[in-house]
Amino acid sequence: MKSESTSRVLLQGNEAVVMGALAAGCRFFAGYPITPASEISELLSLRLPEVGGTFIQMEDEIASMGAVIGASLAGVKSMTATSGPGFSLMQENLGYACVAEVPCVIVNVMRGGPSTGLPTSPSQGDVQMARWGTHGDHPIIVLATSSVSDCFSITIRAFNLSEKYRVPVIILSDEVVAHTRESVALPGPDEIRVVDRIAPSVPPEWYKPYGTNNRGVPDMAAMGSGYRHHVTGLIHDEKGFPTQNPKEIDQFQRRLHEKISKGFGEIQVIKSIMMEDAEVCVIAYGSVARSALRAIKEARNQGIKAGLLQLITLFPFPRKAVDSVLRQCRVAIVPEMNMGQICREVARVNQTGTRIVKHNRVDGQLITPEEILKYLVKV
Amino acid sequence: MREEAEIIRQEYLRHDKKFPHVWCPGCGIGIVMGALLRAIHNLGLSKDEVVLASGIGCSGRMPTYVDFNTLHTTHGRSLTFATGVKLAKPELNVISVMGDGDATAIGGNHFIHAARRNLDITAIIINNSTYGMTGGQYSPTTPYGSKSTTSVYGHVEHAFSIAELAVTAGASFVGRGTVYHASHLDKLIGQAIQKRGFSVVEVISNCHVQHGRRNKLGGAVEMMQSFKENAVTIGKAAKMSPDEMADKFTIGVLTDIDKPISTDEYRRIAQKAQRKADQVARTKVKNGVKRYEE
Amino acid sequence: MKNDQRYEIRFSGSGGQGIITAAVVMADAVGRQNNRYVCQTQSYGPEARGGKSKAEVVISDSPIDYPKAMSIDLLLAMTQAACDAYFFDIRPEGLLVVDTDLVEQVPTSRAVTIPFTRIARELTGKELVANMVALGAVGLLSGQVELAGLETALMKRVPKGTEKMNSLALQAGIDEAGKIDLSLLPRSVVSDWADD
Repeated sequence: MKSESTSRVLLQGNEAVVMGALAAGCRFFAGYPITPASEISELLSLRLPEVGGTFIQMEDEIASMGAVIGASLAGVKSMTATSGPGFSLMQENLGYACVAEVPCVIVNVMRGGPSTGLPTSPSQGDVQMARWGTHGDHPIIVLATSSVSDCFSITIRAFNLSEKYRVPVIILSDEVVAHTRESVALPGPDEIRVVDRIAPSVPPEWYKPYGTNNRGVPDMAAMGSGYRHHVTGLIHDEKGFPTQNPKEIDQFQRRLHEKISKGFGEIQVIKSIMMEDAEVCVIAYGSVARSALRAIKEARNQGIKAGLLQLITLFPFPRKAVDSVLRQCRVAIVPEMNMGQICREVARVNQTGTRIVKHNRVDGQLITPEEILKYLVKV
Repeated sequence: MREEAEIIRQEYLRHDKKFPHVWCPGCGIGIVMGALLRAIHNLGLSKDEVVLASGIGCSGRMPTYVDFNTLHTTHGRSLTFATGVKLAKPELNVISVMGDGDATAIGGNHFIHAARRNLDITAIIINNSTYGMTGGQYSPTTPYGSKSTTSVYGHVEHAFSIAELAVTAGASFVGRGTVYHASHLDKLIGQAIQKRGFSVVEVISNCHVQHGRRNKLGGAVEMMQSFKENAVTIGKAAKMSPDEMADKFTIGVLTDIDKPISTDEYRRIAQKAQRKADQVARTKVKNGVKRYEE
Repeated sequence: MKNDQRYEIRFSGSGGQGIITAAVVMADAVGRQNNRYVCQTQSYGPEARGGKSKAEVVISDSPIDYPKAMSIDLLLAMTQAACDAYFFDIRPEGLLVVDTDLVEQVPTSRAVTIPFTRIARELTGKELVANMVALGAVGLLSGQVELAGLETALMKRVPKGTEKMNSLALQAGIDEAGKIDLSLLPRSVVSDWADD
């Protein structure tokens, strides 16, 4: 008898997000219906009660994000899922999660925008918004999925990173990834690594909810666990209380950035495909990376030394990896379903004057392999 | 009383680095905080099991000063955070303290939905008819004709009646008190915390620094005096004519009903879902299949 | 652009005809076979009924990169509008399969016409299962799926109580398609005359 973990199942991207979340230990979801993310809500409303978790549909996305933070503070791994307009409403409390260092996962299934835009068409228009959408100066982790199996593994990774670094993690999916069904073999429970936040081990009176340690990530006590403390969106001292002391403020703000920069090696994930001898490369992410993969294979068939750098982590931007392919290649093609949001990051880290070619599609259609191949042949 | 005050001072206040507090001399919020602490103390709740959430504004600072699990959230969103906490850990006593602008302007939607949803959460709304912290702009409870820094010619809109709004939205328990009637307030808040279901206490309070000063209502003492004169118990109000009630408002318990609490209901359906899932899992385990959740 | 391992099917018609369900069942059945990779996508409008509906199934022996169809091996058209819109995406050696009664103007002789909807109505009294009649035909004509697997996948995905009706419909589609000899059709969808 074959076990479920090794046999393949036909899953939609959004369903795989749910499976990944449950496998990572997510036990709370709050959301508001929006195309093309609603399947995540629907499936979790079915599955969460089965595993002792809680699902709630809130009155809007502002409330959803608030509830997610509340549940996480109470010690339960939490997530929400939305699309562009809903993601806008979440930004206020997303900022809160950054400053109060509350682990949580936000899935944004991107659709065409701005505004109500193209609800049923794919887009990559929210890339810079995921980085800079909320107020203030904060680091944030943004991951991009490109396939159904990605949706599973990247969701687990998102939870692990959020728990380890006490940060909100944003998953950018898109309409194509969300609704594509593929037969995938998911890893068994034994093959999955799950990271949980570290609870304090000191006596409650010694506990510093925002204290510094060598990881830069304070231990996190759940509400009701005996470690009574204060959580606020105001800039706070090590005990969690509001402070106006410039030294304490500076220390706090810098720690928020440093805890992420210390983890760059682990956080910044890329996939290099056929890059060893590549002279031209495509830098892509999300569903477009799949078109790019097709295109470089075809280019290779035509004798063009093409490679693909697929970005899994969009932010913190994987500067090192991009820098090294820019040094290696004559030309880098950056295809995106927006007017060049990652391209500007690529241009920013381009130290060597490598030619960067944008290819942008904003008509609600997935970029095709032919379009990318045309550039590969031309350059 | 004196002894009780001492217990509260020693047991419930965070003295280390948190005082002096931000409230103006004579502010009503301190009285509400006192009433809340006395109610919690009299109910014998463990401090570890109490969560006090707040939004933004003068009322938002209350959690800073008290020794519970405290949560100072974003403007108007206190109830959304409280909802997450309560659903994740239903055994906690979750109390949300808000101001009038906080609860019924920016958080108005969350407020009516929390009442409709009927989670076991206590909401205390301190209504001082203005946005005090930001400098006295008009709020949803600023009376018609009143002056504020954003209605310098007199206010042209009408005010919400918060307690009545809560009743209509479906809250299980709704009470109204004032900062003048302090011991009545202790009792109201105690009842609200004890009540299973979404319970609301509206507290009429004074902001003599912003609202009082601009409308020639006097200082803290005069404003409290007016609460004493204008507050009418619900029983008494029933016997008064609309004309007699014109400038007055009711205090007491507006509603106290029992209806299914969504936290309990959710647990009930979750148990059903779990039993069904376990059955499926047992068959699957028999067939050599593992589940992620186990 | 396409490598030869790929086989691409497009199911098309209007919303409410069960186009996407048919594609999902097909994909599920293919995915159950060893060493076969499958990717199913769809495009849809905001309406649940009416409007154009399109779903694709890409099948390959190796992992699938680009998830959508590039040049179609088999186009199922359940309305004239869908047939007109997508006919030109068929590769020359591809095959057009249409509902006889709903597509009156067939743009090529390399086409299989079967009255899916009529068969469904006469067999079960419900036009609703025309998609399953069509799926049976597509399953057989494509040669990409084990027919028993198609039945298994179908049973997993239809509402309780409708299994028998759906299964009958599927089998009717398989039987009807079995009567067709593809070798008698012209070799290309575009060049009936070029063969002469």
